[in-house]
Amino acid sequence: MEISRTATLITGASRGLGEALALELGRQGARLVLVSRHGAALEPVVHRIRDAGGEAHALEADIGSKDAIYPLAAAATALVGPIDLLIHNASELGPTPLRLLLDTECEDLERVLAVNLLGPFRLSRVIAGSMALRERGTIVHVSSDASVNAYSHWGAYSVSKAALDHLSRVWAVELGERGVRSFSVDPGEMDTAMHAAALPDADRSTLAQPSVIAARLANVIRSTSIANGARIELSSTGAQS
Amino acid sequence: MKPATRPRARGERERLLVIDPTADGFGEYSIDDLPQFLAKGDALVLNDAATLPASLRAGPELEVRLMSQLEGNIWLALCLGRGDHRMPTEERGTPPSLVVGSELSFGYGLSARVCRVDPDSPRLLEIEFQQQGAPLWQALYRAAAPIQYAYLSEPLALWDVQNAYAARPWAVEPPSAGKPLRFETLFRIAARGIALAHVTHAAGLSSTGDPALDARLPVAERYEVSEESAARLRAIRDNGGRIVAVGTSVTRALESASASGTLRAGSRHTDLRLGPGSKLRFCDGLLTGLHEPTTSHFSLLEAYAPRALLDRSFRHAERAGYLQHEFGDSCLILKGALTQEVDSIRTHAA
Repeated sequence: MEISRTATLITGASRGLGEALALELGRQGARLVLVSRHGAALEPVVHRIRDAGGEAHALEADIGSKDAIYPLAAAATALVGPIDLLIHNASELGPTPLRLLLDTECEDLERVLAVNLLGPFRLSRVIAGSMALRERGTIVHVSSDASVNAYSHWGAYSVSKAALDHLSRVWAVELGERGVRSFSVDPGEMDTAMHAAALPDADRSTLAQPSVIAARLANVIRSTSIANGARIELSSTGAQS
Repeated sequence: MKPATRPRARGERERLLVIDPTADGFGEYSIDDLPQFLAKGDALVLNDAATLPASLRAGPELEVRLMSQLEGNIWLALCLGRGDHRMPTEERGTPPSLVVGSELSFGYGLSARVCRVDPDSPRLLEIEFQQQGAPLWQALYRAAAPIQYAYLSEPLALWDVQNAYAARPWAVEPPSAGKPLRFETLFRIAARGIALAHVTHAAGLSSTGDPALDARLPVAERYEVSEESAARLRAIRDNGGRIVAVGTSVTRALESASASGTLRAGSRHTDLRLGPGSKLRFCDGLLTGLHEPTTSHFSLLEAYAPRALLDRSFRHAERAGYLQHEFGDSCLILKGALTQEVDSIRTHAA
């Protein structure tokens, strides 16, 4: 899809991949609504995009909170028009250090599912109806390697991402005929605060920079040749980017 | 007719009264039967406006209801006095008198300044919000609640007043004709070769509690027909397809946009009133809720069907226990909907 002038909503946009993606899509002319639980943390990102001549608005919302979703979607469409590109990037790791499933509190799993699965479902449900009516739109789910590989201690996070991948596929099956695309992306290991929280001893020099992955994701969004419902590993798309 | 006193529960049956002016008759169906009354080549036109929380409180003595966005941060607004939505609007207290320059504080960092008081009614104001952009929208959604009336038993949540396909928050009351439409039904309609099209119309207040002000409803409301929708609907019309409006707001938008004889794209305000004797230029049919025969809404129905037939159909609906208002049952007014001949028209249109 065309990125320039596209009404775009990115969750979890104050840091890491979300921030990098906001800067990349802002550079490419998207009309951006950026979302974070911490509104103040969005301000520097918004200012950088505006200073470069782009359009960005900051909305504070907790994606894991049911009551936040309608106000968020409405404010976003009031600011930039009906959303054509929806990027579910906000993510909750759960308590760190990461825990074995047997040590995971039910409430912690619920919180991870609320942010990583229910939140994206609720937000898509509010926004994708308009996409289906208007017969255009793209929904991107930021997933993880942990959604397909089972790692000890990553239980809550990985089951949420596995479900998110499948949520993406079902959206594609149900909305494909109405011109709506849905896919999930595995960004690979990046040098972010979340990665540091999960794996504090990792060698950062081996990790990809979020800006590099964001540029690859922008290419994926622009591409018209990717099958609807696909799961794409961005760490292996370097050659095309 | 009895009002629906709450949003429908999941799976609850929603009734559809089909009124056919050609057959001079009516029939009883379910909303899930809607696709069978439309034919390949027709269009179903939806109002994709989302509904704002448009009720703001500035203390116990003053409720401000947003009526229509005039320009930028300036809104036409209605003042109501002591009481809340559980009290019939006409029984609400007299609001404090406001003058140009009065500051209104709604909490959550949202405030407005009065910039005009209507010369005929001190309850009708133009107010300008002091915030803008993202801070305005965030504060509005924190401070305001959906407008609701005394026949509803419980406070409404924001999702109670949204249609499944809503996008920009332009409406101050729900364009409720679309409320019973589930995507299961909409996708079945699309699969039959019927176009799903949309306009955006800022559906306004249905009641002010003051007969003199009610007589001025609907006030000028903003609407938009995109280039894409206009071209598509013109082509459908030119090919003999029928245009079925979902809601009186869609009728007003399409009839306003085609006042020159051809449907024009664009974003404008309209104060068009339709009623008995109005000639519809663009719309052939209407899917709508059921409302009191005294309202401007009912008057618009008379542009689609003769009063005698409407009266007869609605008397039956009342006896048969149909429910009225925004969470009530539906009615489709469409010429030929119930006649055999329509099949040949459909075949021809196909």
